[in-house]
Formats: sequence, structure tokens, C-alpha cells
Amino acid sequence: MEALEQFGKYSLLLYRSLRSLYEVDTYRKNLINELLKIGYESVPIVLLTGVFTGAVMTIQTAYQLDIAFIPVSIIGAITSESLLMELAAVITSLVLAGKVGARIATELGTMRVSEQIDALESMGFNSVSFLVLPRVLAGLIMFPMLYIFASVSGILGGLVAGYFSGAVSPAEFMSGAREFFFPWDVTFGILKAFVFGFVITSVSCFKGYYASGGAEGVGNSTTQATVLSCIYVLLADFVLAAVFL
Amino acid sequence: MIEIRNLTKSFGSNLVWKDVSFNIEDGETVAIIGRSGCGKSVLVKHFNALMYPDSGEVIIDGNNVFELEYVDLRKMRQRFGVLFQGSALFDSLNTFENIAFPLRYFSDFDENEIKKKVEDALDMVNLTGTGDQSPAELSGGMRRRVALARATILQPDFLIYDEPTSGLDPQTSEEINQLIISMADNLNITSIVVTHDIHSVLKIADRIAYLEEQSLYWHGTVEELRKSEDRILMDFITASEYQIRS
Repeated sequence: MEALEQFGKYSLLLYRSLRSLYEVDTYRKNLINELLKIGYESVPIVLLTGVFTGAVMTIQTAYQLDIAFIPVSIIGAITSESLLMELAAVITSLVLAGKVGARIATELGTMRVSEQIDALESMGFNSVSFLVLPRVLAGLIMFPMLYIFASVSGILGGLVAGYFSGAVSPAEFMSGAREFFFPWDVTFGILKAFVFGFVITSVSCFKGYYASGGAEGVGNSTTQATVLSCIYVLLADFVLAAVFL
Repeated sequence: MIEIRNLTKSFGSNLVWKDVSFNIEDGETVAIIGRSGCGKSVLVKHFNALMYPDSGEVIIDGNNVFELEYVDLRKMRQRFGVLFQGSALFDSLNTFENIAFPLRYFSDFDENEIKKKVEDALDMVNLTGTGDQSPAELSGGMRRRVALARATILQPDFLIYDEPTSGLDPQTSEEINQLIISMADNLNITSIVVTHDIHSVLKIADRIAYLEEQSLYWHGTVEELRKSEDRILMDFITASEYQIRS
């Protein structure tokens, strides 16, 4: 019953966000701010995650396919395909659920318990348009871009790891990657990142916006936002695979 | 005038108060008093529909605020200034920007006019030259005064003070009391003050509403309060060290 009530409140918050899309003057400044925070400030951690994921993927694939009659170029194919279709979007999103989701939930939660959201409403602001909408929009815009960064850095990480470990030369790695490349895989990855961006930012906004109970309440909201974001990302990942593949 | 009619509020199965009715006349200062947790702050949050009741009405200029469309409700809310209990300053903005915030979104003033208005507001609350400081750098009393400057910057018709002197030393409390009096006198604002500081109440209020036993137990003028023989009311009033009959 409580889960239904929570879902109802979440849906209502999204509806209110959608309905205030036309209030561009209210959220323009915050949107730019959030694009920078969610996008620009996340680039280093996304690149790092991508590079190491690609590198580990290459080394493990080489280890598992250490059979004479399988061409080593298949390592490049498996690494790049795995990154484009799954790992770049999912692992990046799980990392960002911690970085972005926790920040959003803490910010909004603190604003809620210190009555800053009430202060906005009492001035005549639409607090949803001012606080929630720009964060969700920034997530929708920036997560696909971060996915591209993660994919490219992952493939480069795999290529470099393959070269230095002696498992596969850069030319063979890229040859395998090119041979098994399908544009749909990238489209699917971008779609995933778009959905994950929405899930993480909207769930975190919801948890922060309705936080209560002082510092402990904000802490609980932040924990719930991070955990639920991760769970919903994995669920959404399964649903997207089941529907589109 | 604000007409409060038969307001009833509960959280789940916990009744906060029921059938609360009284009027707040234009230009007067009304103090809402009662024990901690009796729902004083909850009550005033109904005046500008920051909260909705289980039943009842709040009528402002003939309109029930709970029936307004969101666009009209936001316009009505702009007629209120609210000084929140914890000041509710935006911690990402400095003092100047906190006060300028409503002007930037709800007025057509250019940057020079905004600067002048904010400086005037800082002068009014005796905080000249503190515009660059962040809320974290200010004392509790200074934060209240900045919040008061922000609450009045759009020249509201009604000003709600939620526990304006709680947690402050007597001298700073006195400064806040003087500001409340001068706001009411100079800006002709209708003031609603939530407090359990009886010293403040006797100093600033024209009328008093006392919440007790989950209802509006008593309301009247300060003079009527002084003459009252009601034991429950007197127990609450004299529980403070201030002796009103002395």
C-alpha cells in the first residue's frame, strides 16, 4: 500500500514537472548549472570508469579465449560490443547514481528540511519547475553524452591494455571492433543512457523533494535515492533488453 | 482581511486542531501562541496554502485560498512575506543575492534599482555592508534580519513571523521585536507572529490567539488577556518568568 502511495506521489511530481516545461524563465539558469554539474563535472569519473572497464574486459576476454583457432581480433569485437551495448551505459550509470543521485537527493533534502523549498513556494515560485525539472532535463541531456565518453574511453582503454599485455595488437583490436560494429548497438546504448539518466535524476529528486526529519531524514533520503536508483537502473536495463533485443 | 473558518487539520490519525475560526484585520498584529507542538506553525502555513486542511476555509479578499488555481495561488502567495523559523536563507547565495532573489524573478527592476533596493533593505534591518557575506557567516539574529529583509522586499500585504525570537539572546530578541513593530507601523503590513515568547507577545501584538486542547482555546486583545481569569490561559502565560500583572 505504501509503495503504491509512493508511486502515486512520484508520478504526480513528474506530472507537475512536465506541466511546468513552459516556465523556461524559472528553470533556465538552474538548467545550465545542472548541465555543468551532471555533465561537465562527471567527465573525469566517467572517463576513468570507461578506461578501466575496457581494459579489464580486454584482458579477461583474452584470458578466456586463449584457444589457438580463435582469431585475436575477436577480443576487440567482444570488448567494443559489450561496452557499446551494456557496460558503458550500465556501469557509468551505477557510478553516477552515487555521484549525481546522492548530490541531488542531499541538496533537495536539505532545502526541504531547512524550509528553503517552503520559502520558494511562499514567494510564489513553482518549486518543482525551479528545482526538479532542470535536474531531470539535465540528466536526460547529459547521460547520453556521458555514455559516448564512456564508450570511446572504454574502447581506447581496451586497445591500450591489449597492446601492453600482448594479447592483441591495436590493428587487430580495431579490426575486430569494426567487423562486428552495428549502428543499432550505439542507438540502443544511447537509449539506455537516456532512460537511466531519467531514472536516476527523477528518483533522486523525488527522494530529496519529499525528505523529512532533519539531518537523519536527509541521510535516509540520500541512501534510498542511491540504492533505488541502482536497482531501477538494473531493472530498466533488463526491460530494455527484453523489449528491444 | 484574512478570515479563518472552521479549519481542521490532522496528520494521519493525529488530530492537530479542529474548528479553528478567527479573523485577522488589515494592519493589525496578531500573535498565535501555544505550547510547543500544538500546531502554531502548521496553522499559519494554511494562510498561504503551503499546507491544506482536512476541512475549513481561509478567505482572503473573498477567495478561499484552497480553491485557487495554481497560477492564482502563486499570485496570492506573493502577497505574503514569510520569516521562517530557521530563516530558510538559500545557502548557495550570499546575503545580497538572497534579498535580491524575489526581485530578480518577480519585478522589472534593472540591476541598479535592485542594488539600491537591497541596500535599503539591509539598512532597514541594520545590516549595512553585509551583502557579500554568506548565510553561514552570519549569526542567528543576523540571519533572521536578512530573512526579514527578503520577506519584505516585494512589499507584501501580510507578513508571517514563525518563532522570530526563538533561540536568540534577550537583546537580539528585543531588536527583532522592534523591527516587527517598525515593519507594521512604517510599511502598514498585517503581521501574524507565531511565538511562545510572552514578553514579545505583550510588546508587539494587538490581538492574541491561543491554541490549546487541539482547538483555538482563547482569542482576544492584550488588554483582555491581562484581565483574563481563565486558569489554563494564565498557567500558560505565567509559566514564563514574565509576570503580566506586576
